[in-house]
Amino acid sequence: MTTTATPRAQQGFVPTPRATLTPRAPVPAPTQRGAPAIDVRDFGFAYGKREVLKNLSFSIERKAVTAIIGPSGCGKSTFLRSINRLNDLIPGVKHRGDILVEGTSVFAPSTDLVALRQRVGMVFQRPNPFPKKIFDNVAYGPTLNRLVTRRDLPDLVERCLRQAALWDEVKDRLEESGTGLSGGQQQRLCIARALGNQPEVLLMDEPCSALDPIATQRVEELMFELKKDYTIVIVTHNMQQAARVSDYTGFFDRGELIEFDETERIFTKPKHERTEAYITGRFG
Amino acid sequence: MTALSERELTPDAAAPAKPSLERGSYSDQIFKGLLTLAALAIPLLLCFLVYELWSGARLAIGKFGFDFVTTSTWDPVTEEFGAFPLIFGTLISSLVALVIAVPLSLGVAIYLTEFAPKAIRQPVAFLLSLLAAIPSVVYGLWGIFVLIPILRKSVFPLLRDVFGFLPLFQGAIYGPSMLAAGIILSIMVMPYVMSVSREVLMAVPNTQREASLALGATRWEAVITTVVPYARSGIIGAVILGLGRALGETMAVTMLIGNRHEIAASLFAPGYTMAAAIANEFSEAVGDMHLSALAYVAFVLFVVTVVVNAGARLLIWRVARGSGIGSKAL
Repeated sequence: MTTTATPRAQQGFVPTPRATLTPRAPVPAPTQRGAPAIDVRDFGFAYGKREVLKNLSFSIERKAVTAIIGPSGCGKSTFLRSINRLNDLIPGVKHRGDILVEGTSVFAPSTDLVALRQRVGMVFQRPNPFPKKIFDNVAYGPTLNRLVTRRDLPDLVERCLRQAALWDEVKDRLEESGTGLSGGQQQRLCIARALGNQPEVLLMDEPCSALDPIATQRVEELMFELKKDYTIVIVTHNMQQAARVSDYTGFFDRGELIEFDETERIFTKPKHERTEAYITGRFG
Repeated sequence: MTALSERELTPDAAAPAKPSLERGSYSDQIFKGLLTLAALAIPLLLCFLVYELWSGARLAIGKFGFDFVTTSTWDPVTEEFGAFPLIFGTLISSLVALVIAVPLSLGVAIYLTEFAPKAIRQPVAFLLSLLAAIPSVVYGLWGIFVLIPILRKSVFPLLRDVFGFLPLFQGAIYGPSMLAAGIILSIMVMPYVMSVSREVLMAVPNTQREASLALGATRWEAVITTVVPYARSGIIGAVILGLGRALGETMAVTMLIGNRHEIAASLFAPGYTMAAAIANEFSEAVGDMHLSALAYVAFVLFVVTVVVNAGARLLIWRVARGSGIGSKAL
C-alpha cells in the first residue's frame, strides 16, 4: 500500500484536485451555474436488437435531486446504469449519442471507467454491503483508488458514515461485519460506501424498494441532506417518493422521455397526457 | 397450490359421502421408518468399520503402541514395524499435489466464471470434470510411460539446476519419486477443486460484483477484493475436498512414488504412502503381525483423514462466520 495519495488513472476525466477532507468549492448560485452536471445528448441504448432507450435529450441539474419515474420496463434503470457504464458488463449492448458528466463524455473511447465510476457513485436496489468489516466497506473505494493516505482513512470513513447518518449507530462496532446490520442500516452503509469515493454524482436505483417505511424515511431525509453536496439521480417506482425528495422529475415511458420538468410542475400541471395518466395511477 | 385449493373449495353437489376422518393409512409412518433405518445405516457402518480396523490391528497396537507412528523400521522378517515414513509420504505427496493443483484450479475457475466468453465456459468445465472420470490406474500407466520420462529427462534436471540450493531439489534423480506422485495427484485432484470452486464463484451474487465495479474497481480488482473473499469459505471447502482425495488415492501413487520405506528431504527421492503400502503388501503378507501392522496403517490413515477433515470444517466454520456463502459447498 502506498502512503502517498496519488489518484490513479486520470486520463479522460480531468479529476478535480482533491485535498483530503477540505470542503468543496462553494456552490454557485443557480444563475451562475454553468453546464449542467449531466448532459444527455440524443442518447439511445439497445440490448442487441431490442432498443430500450430512444433519443433521450435532457440535462440534470447540479446539486439537486432528479427523479426518474415510469412504468416497469421503461428503461429507467438502464438509463441510470448508462451514466456509470455499468451496462458494459452485458454482452451485446449498443448505444447512440452520448452522456456528458461534468462536461466529459462517458462513452468516448478515451474515458477511463475507473475514474468515471469513482466520480459517479451508485446505490443499488437491494442493499449489497460486502461481507467485510463496516470500516472496510466504507474504506473500499478510497483504498482502491488511493484517494487518501492510510493515516487519513479513519477520518474519511467517519465523515462518510456521518454524512450517511449511520455513524452514531455503528461507531462502536466498526470492526463488525457490514452484513450484520439491519436492511435500512445496510442501505445507508452502501450510501456511505459510495460517498467514500468522494464522488460528484450519486446514482440511486430504487434505493428504498427493499426497505420498510421507517428506513425509507431515513434514506429520504438523507437525500435531502446529501443534495447540498452531491448531484443525485434517483430511479423510483414510488411516485410519492419522487414527489417528496426530488427537485426535478423525468417521466420515461417505453424508452422515451415523455416529460421532464420541475417536480412540482410534473405533479401538479403535467403537460403531457401520458404523464398525467401515470401519476394519477391510471396506468403503470 | 392454487389448483388444489380451488378444487377443495368448489362445492360439488354430486360429491360422494365425505371421507372419514379416521386415519386410513400408515404409509407415512412406514416411509419415515424406512428412511430412519437408511440414515442410521451409515453411522452404524462407520462404527463397524472402525471396530474392524481396530480389532485387526490389535496385535500390532499391543506390540508397538504409539511408537508405531513415530518409528521408521519396516521389516516383515523380524516383524518390526513403524509407519512414520508412510504417514510422512502420504502427507507430503498430498501437500505437493495441493501446492500445484490449487492455484491452477482456482485460476481456471476464476477464468471460467469471470472472464471466459460465455460460449466456452460450459464446454471447458465439462472437459475438465471429465478428468475425474479417468480410472486412477490409467493415470498410473500414463505416469509411468509419459510423465516420468519427461520429468526425468527435462523437468527434474531443470529444477535441480535452478532450485538446487534447496534441500527439496537435491540428490539423485530416479524418476519414480515423491514429486512425480505429487504431480499425478495434482492432476487427479484438479477437477474436484476446479468444479467446486467454480460452483462457489458462480454462487457469488452479481450485486457484489456490481458494487465493486461501481466503486471503480477493475474486473481484476473486483475478483480479488470482492468475489474471491466472498467465496473464500467455499473455496477452502474445495481445497479440503481435493486434499481428501489426495490422501486416500492409492493406485496411481503406488505406480509412481517408488515404494520405498524412507524419509528423504528431497522430492526427487522415492517414498511410500499409507494407501500404497496397504495395497502393495496386503496380498503378500503372511505373518499375523505383518497383517496386523497393515491394519494399523489403515487405522492411522483413517484417523489422519478424519482429523484433516475435522480441522478443515473447523476452519471453514471460523472463516464462514458472518460472511457470504458458507460451508454449503461441502
